[in-house]
Amino acid sequence: MSEAAAVETHEHEIHDQLEPSLTPGNLGKLGMWTFLAGDAMTFGAAIAAYGALRIDNPNWPTPADFLGITTTAIMTFILICSSVTMVEALGAIQTGRMSAYRGFMALTVLGGLIFLGMQAFEWHHLIEIKGMSIKVSLFDATFFILTGFHGCHVFGGVVYNGVLLIRGMTGKLTQSKAHLVEVAGLYWHFVDLVWILIFTFIYLI
Amino acid sequence: MTTQAAVSGHEAAHSGPSYIAVFIYLAILTAIELVVYAAGLPQVAKVGLLVALAWAKAVLVAMYFMHLAMERKALAIVALTPVILVTFLCFMLLPDLTTRMWTRYDHPRPVTSAEMSANPVAPPPMQTP
Repeated sequence: MSEAAAVETHEHEIHDQLEPSLTPGNLGKLGMWTFLAGDAMTFGAAIAAYGALRIDNPNWPTPADFLGITTTAIMTFILICSSVTMVEALGAIQTGRMSAYRGFMALTVLGGLIFLGMQAFEWHHLIEIKGMSIKVSLFDATFFILTGFHGCHVFGGVVYNGVLLIRGMTGKLTQSKAHLVEVAGLYWHFVDLVWILIFTFIYLI
Repeated sequence: MTTQAAVSGHEAAHSGPSYIAVFIYLAILTAIELVVYAAGLPQVAKVGLLVALAWAKAVLVAMYFMHLAMERKALAIVALTPVILVTFLCFMLLPDLTTRMWTRYDHPRPVTSAEMSANPVAPPPMQTP
């Protein structure tokens, strides 16, 4: 090998170390992280607006007078549990344990469905029994917009994970495509992360 | 190299922390949140503790469930960007909020005779710009 060729090879190696090629796996992760950064801005702006409206309004009601803290704490716990089953599903498919993958992914979808069911129950109670409505007050409007927007994300995550579960059951998703589950996991954990903040800022404070 | 890059995240996931341990931490932090909420602390202490606990939980989820602790640093930049921008957003809201609060408390709007006759014991209405 000539000296020039050796130098060129060395430069390629350095380039690869500094900037590895974009594979479907890390390209998907980068894409999802970029999407989540934008989504986080939306949630962040909504929570900041909630805080600004609340600070600016001395007659703001105490959320606990209207909202069920115990129910919501259980919802938080269920979402955290579903995050654990999601990482276990990822670990299972990465090691080729497809049966475990299907079980953990089914539990993740179930956790999302239970969360949505409890949120529907909570909304029904607040609207029908306590008379809350998006038109009644700023507190009601911000509460329904924030929790509703998050609920839409949970619904999207249930559909997303449900598709991956079905593909796993029909044999279309295998160990070689584990990166798809990793990307879906990022989305699901983000939904969990946002709920942790909403639970604190909207319900507890 | 390409394959190595693709696999690195998977290996990190396998050799990562015990997810059950992270789950237990999250459950304990949630329980502490409920205790702080019900403890009847002064409002400032309560809000400060609850916000700190919420951020601790959020960081745990991001670092371990979302594998940020095991990923390359470039992804952390993407993840931190909205946090920095939302912090700036909060600071940008402060001048407006403080101005409105100052106006409300230092220059209360005079009560009109109609308002006084409608409810003579009610406190003066708040200034609404």
